[in-house]
Amino acid sequence: MDLFWQQLINGLSLGALYALIAVGYTVVYGIVQLINFAHGEIFMVGAFGAFATWVVLGSPKQLSWQAAIFGVLPAMILGGMIASVAVALLTERLAYRPLRDAPRLAPLITAIGISVFLQEFVRLFFGDIPGMPDSKRAIPFPTITGISGEAWHLGNVTIQLSSVFTIGALAICTVFLWFYVNRTKTGRAMIATSQDPSTARLMGINVDRVIMSAFAVGAALAAVAGVAHGLRYGNIDFRMGFLAGLKAFTAAVLGGIGNINGAVVGGLVLGVVESMATTFIPGQFGSPAWKDVWAFVLLILVLVFRPQGLLGSKGVDRA
Amino acid sequence: MNRRLVKLAAVTFVAGTLALTGCGSRADTSSTGSAAAKKVAKIGVIAPLSGDLSALGLGIKNSVDLAIKQANDSNAIPGWTLVLAAEDDEAKPDVGKNAATKLSSDNEVVGVVGTLNSSVAQSVTPVLQPAKIVQVSPANTNPTLTQGKDTANPARPYDNYFRTCTTDAVQGPTAATYLLSIGVKQVATIHDKKSYGQGLVEAFSKAFTAGGGTIVAAQTINPDDKDFSAVVTNVKAASPAAVFYGGEYPQAGPLSKQMKAAGLNVPLMGGDGIYDPAYVDLAGSAANGDLATSVGAPVESLSSAKAFVAAYTAAAYKDPMGAYGAQSYDAANAIINALKVSLAKATDAKSARGDTVTALGSVSFDGATGKIAFDKYGDATSKVITVYKVTGGKWGTEKILS
Repeated sequence: MDLFWQQLINGLSLGALYALIAVGYTVVYGIVQLINFAHGEIFMVGAFGAFATWVVLGSPKQLSWQAAIFGVLPAMILGGMIASVAVALLTERLAYRPLRDAPRLAPLITAIGISVFLQEFVRLFFGDIPGMPDSKRAIPFPTITGISGEAWHLGNVTIQLSSVFTIGALAICTVFLWFYVNRTKTGRAMIATSQDPSTARLMGINVDRVIMSAFAVGAALAAVAGVAHGLRYGNIDFRMGFLAGLKAFTAAVLGGIGNINGAVVGGLVLGVVESMATTFIPGQFGSPAWKDVWAFVLLILVLVFRPQGLLGSKGVDRA
Repeated sequence: MNRRLVKLAAVTFVAGTLALTGCGSRADTSSTGSAAAKKVAKIGVIAPLSGDLSALGLGIKNSVDLAIKQANDSNAIPGWTLVLAAEDDEAKPDVGKNAATKLSSDNEVVGVVGTLNSSVAQSVTPVLQPAKIVQVSPANTNPTLTQGKDTANPARPYDNYFRTCTTDAVQGPTAATYLLSIGVKQVATIHDKKSYGQGLVEAFSKAFTAGGGTIVAAQTINPDDKDFSAVVTNVKAASPAAVFYGGEYPQAGPLSKQMKAAGLNVPLMGGDGIYDPAYVDLAGSAANGDLATSVGAPVESLSSAKAFVAAYTAAAYKDPMGAYGAQSYDAANAIINALKVSLAKATDAKSARGDTVTALGSVSFDGATGKIAFDKYGDATSKVITVYKVTGGKWGTEKILS
C-alpha cells in the first residue's frame, strides 16, 4: 500500500508539471485554434530566465530558508515569467499574427519552426551572455533552501518539498486562472473572442490584445512550470521543452483541448497513469520502459470513446 | 478547427521534430599550417562535440589535436602533414553514420579516432570498414564490437576496428568483485537500454550473482526522461544496499540526486560513462559516496601520463580533457605510429588506407596510459580498471584493479 501512495504522490507531482504547461496549449487553442507547438520551448525559456535571474542576483547560495523562499524564489519566478512572456509575445507578433488569416497548416508549421529555432538559439547563444554558463549541456539549477532536496516522511512514503511546491503552484495558478477568466474584463473578452471573434470585434473588443493576453497567460504558467522543473530535477537544458511539451499537449488533448479545467485534469491523469503503470502492471509490460506506451494507450482509448476529451463539450468545435 | 487537424498536427509535429533534430552536423577542421611541398593526411574524429556528452567529446577532440600537433612539430612522418578533421556525432547513431560517410568520401582521411558511444560505433564502423579506414576508439566498451555477438565463440566482426580502452566484459565483473569485497550483497540494477548501459549491466549481473550476490531489482529508464521518481520508488521497495547503473552521467547525475531525495540513501555505482566531473555537478551533494569504475589506471598515478597532462594544460584548450583524454591521445598516437609505416612509401593518402589497418595491428609503444598494443580482436592488451569514489564533491581514486 505504501507503494501505491508513493506512486500516487510521484504521479501527481509529475502530472502537476504537465498540467501547468498544458494550460498554455489549451488557452491559445481556445482563442485562435492554433496548436502552439513552440509552447514547450516557452517553458524551457522560462526555466532559463529564472536561472539567469538567479545569476543576476549574484548567484546567492547558503541562504536562510526565509530569504530563499520569500526573496530569491519569487524573484526567479518573476524573472522566468518576464523571459517567457516576452518570447511568447514576440513569437505571436512576428510569426503568428501575420499568418492569422492564412490556411491553418501555415501557422502550425511555423510553430514547429519556432520550436526548433528557440532550442537552437538557447543552445548556441545562451552561453554568450556575459556571466551565463555554456548551455550546450545541462546546467545545474540553483537550490532553494527549504525546498530543494528536503522531504517529509509519512511512514514509508516520502514527499519531496519540490513536489509540494509543484502541486501547490498548480493549485494557486488554477484558482488565479479561474478568477482571471471568469471575473475580469479581459477574461470575459477572452471567452467572447473564443466563441465568435468577429462579433467580439464588433462589440468593441480588441481581439489582438485578447490573443496576446492568452499567449502571455500560458507563458507565465509555463515559467512557473520551468522553475518547478528546475527545483524537482536540479538541472535544466535546452532540450527539456521537447518531451515535456509533447506530454503536456497530450494532457491537453486528453482533458479536452480548449478547456482549461480539462488541461489540469488531463495533466494529473497522465502523470498518475505513467507512475502507476511502472509499478502495478505485472510482468515485462510494467517496466518503466512501457510507461509511455500505457499513457498513449489511455489517450487512444479516450479519443475513441470520448473524442472531445475528458472534459471537452460534445459537438462544440471551439472552447 | 476540427479534431482531424489536431491529430494531423500531432503527427506532423513528432515526425518533423524527430527529422529536424537528426540533421545538422558541425564540422570543425583545424589545420596546423602546412608547407606547400608536403602531402596532407587527415585523421578524423567522430565524437559528440555538442549536447549532453560534449564534455567527453570535446576532450577527445582536443587530445587528438594535441597528438597531431606534436607529430607535425617533431616531423614524425617526413613529407606528410597531418590534419585534424573533427565531426560531431551528437551521440546519435544516425548522425555518426553521416559523419563517417563524409569522412570516408574524403580521399585524404586515413584514420578515425572515435566514437565515444558504443551505439554510435555500431553504425559508424560498418561505413568505415569498406573504405578500409582504420578506426581506433578511446571509449567504446561494448564487447561485441571486437568479439562479435556470440561472446562464447568470439569472431572479430570488423578488421579495421581497434580500441585503447578495456571492455565491459572486464569492467562489469570488476565492479561486481569490488562491491562484493566491501560487503554489498544486494544490488538493484538500472540501465538506459543503450548498447553500453545494457551490456555493462548484463556483464555486472552475471558476475555479481556468480560471486554470491543477489540482484533484487532490475529496472530501465528512458534516456530522454527527466523524472525517475517512479523507477526510484520501485527500486527503493526492494531495499538494495547499492544501485548499479549502466549509462552515462547526463542521466546518472539526476538519478543519483532523485534517489537520495526520495530517501534511498545507498551509493550509486556506474561505469566509465559516469566518471566525469559533470556527474558531480549534476548530482550535487547527493554524489558523495557514489562509485565508478573506469578503464585504465588513473592518469595522475602514471608517470607516462604526466607529460601528456602537462602538454594538454600548456596547450590551453577551452575544455578539460574529460575521462578519455589520455586514451584518445594514445589512440591518435597509435594511428600516427601506423602511419609512419604505411605512409613511408605511399604516393597518396587513400592508397595507404589498407596498409594502415595492417600496420595498426602490430603497433606497440609506450603511451600516456601505459603500454599500447592490440590483441587479435583489436582490443587493448592492457586491462587495468580503477574504482573511483566521490568524496567532498570530487572524484578520487579508491582502488586500482587488474
